[in-house]
Amino acid sequence: MIKRFLPVLLSLPAFLLGWHLLTRYSGIPNFILPSPLSVWTRFLRAVGDGSLQYHTWITLTEILLGLLAGVTFATVVGYLLAKSRSLEKALSPYLVASQAIPVIAIAPLLVIWLGDGILSKVVICALIVFFPVLVNTVVGVRAVPTALYDLMHSLHATRAQILWKVEVPASLPVFLGGLRIGATLSVIGAIVGELVDAEEGLGFLLQVGDFQYDTPMVFVAVFTLIALALALYGIVRFLENKFLKWQERSNV
Amino acid sequence: MTQPPILTVRNLTTVFPDENGGLHALRDVSFDVHPREFICVLGPSGSGKTTLLRVMAGLLQPTSGQVTFARKQHPRIGMVFQQATLMPWRTVLQNITLPLEIRGDGTHSAHRKAREMIELVGLQGFEHSLPRDLSGGMAQRVAIARALIHDPDLLLLDEPFGSLDALTRERMWTELSRIWQARQKTVIMVTHSISESLFLADRVLVLTQRPGTIKMDMRVDLPRPREEAIRFTAHFGKLARKLRDAIE
Ligand SMILES: Nc1ncnc2c1ncn2[C@@H]1O[C@H](COP(=O)(O)OP(=O)(O)O)[C@@H](O)[C@H]1O
Ligand SMILES: [Mg+2]
Repeated sequence: MIKRFLPVLLSLPAFLLGWHLLTRYSGIPNFILPSPLSVWTRFLRAVGDGSLQYHTWITLTEILLGLLAGVTFATVVGYLLAKSRSLEKALSPYLVASQAIPVIAIAPLLVIWLGDGILSKVVICALIVFFPVLVNTVVGVRAVPTALYDLMHSLHATRAQILWKVEVPASLPVFLGGLRIGATLSVIGAIVGELVDAEEGLGFLLQVGDFQYDTPMVFVAVFTLIALALALYGIVRFLENKFLKWQERSNV
Repeated sequence: MTQPPILTVRNLTTVFPDENGGLHALRDVSFDVHPREFICVLGPSGSGKTTLLRVMAGLLQPTSGQVTFARKQHPRIGMVFQQATLMPWRTVLQNITLPLEIRGDGTHSAHRKAREMIELVGLQGFEHSLPRDLSGGMAQRVAIARALIHDPDLLLLDEPFGSLDALTRERMWTELSRIWQARQKTVIMVTHSISESLFLADRVLVLTQRPGTIKMDMRVDLPRPREEAIRFTAHFGKLARKLRDAIE
């Protein structure tokens, strides 16, 4: 454990020191590149007046609801696609075409349609999460060895038993890989939505900081986003470690 | 055999669709299986042995003909596939209890029976190992334990020892013989080894090259229990020669 985090523990102070020296001796003004110290002070102030917690909570809610909706929808559709070749033939052109449209391009449209509240962000977030989870669900379910189906059928297993005892555990490694990508993308989704138009959330904080030349605030918002993304990533890794112990330790 | 057959196979034909009019895997296969009989199905690869087992297990619908069970429509089947086909996320114990779980048995009695089976196949101490930590022979023994645990009416084995080294394989023959005698099962086992079939079977069915038809149905009248040394007797040699001639 210590060994794993040692490189980060060493590189982080080095990074902060380098940053500090850069702002100190390069003559770059604070509103372009704030010093780590001013970012820290701004952070304490934002925590002190509760604004950081409030906006983080808003963004986190959008992310979690978006993830929930996107992952649920993607898993159901992905399972159906994996099980039905004809459904896949009918739907996959639309799915592939939909991926040609960057979510960023339709985000303003979604905000117009759904309002500048939390709903539009949840939907954008869900859309961006949908595809990687869908693809990995399809790949995961397709990769279930046919021999295991034979085994289950020879024992007269029901459809539900095949689903829970074979399909779910067998496709879990690939599925969680998709979830890992989706979790990271969900943060981007929420921020894209908030940057289009929002009254609250970390994206809103970012924009306000930008307008007011409060660059330390922008940094605080960015670091908070990084922390959120890392936390989500960490949760998926935790699930992988918990549920995929049976796998060889070779997965990336 | 004086007892009525527990299973009759009649005029079984299986055709797989392909570009040029269908691939005939089996053609007009008929035979009877009597209670507690040990039958080996012998044949070159591609002669439809696996297909025959899959049809008998109900995994594949035959193109024509039927498999009829004497007592009930859905007999309990224990199947061992060419590969061990274990679930890599389950421990040895959990893999073995699978048939009972599917049937809806309680965990407690399932575990008790699984431990009995583990003892039967000699895997004590590996209850909580994962399949990735087992050798090929051990994995195949887990598969055999799993096939036996729900007390099946019919045991279907598809080249279960094909992937094992010669020494392990011969040990497995002895073990399977012992299990079969102790548990009074009806066994149909696919193999492409002549000595394996003579060591284990009451009867050997020889399938021809594709499309598989029954070329020979030979009774193995060697005394039981069969020891290693039986392979060097004149009678064993004579039967082996007959089978070899039939295969070629
Ligand atoms: N699901 C399938 N679809 C098409 N062809 C098959 C299928 N299963 C088996 N075959 C073909 O049927 C023939 C017999 O196969 P199989 O029963 O596996 O033979 P064996 O087990 O004796 O080696 C082979 O030529 C094989 O390619
Ligand atoms: Mg085969």
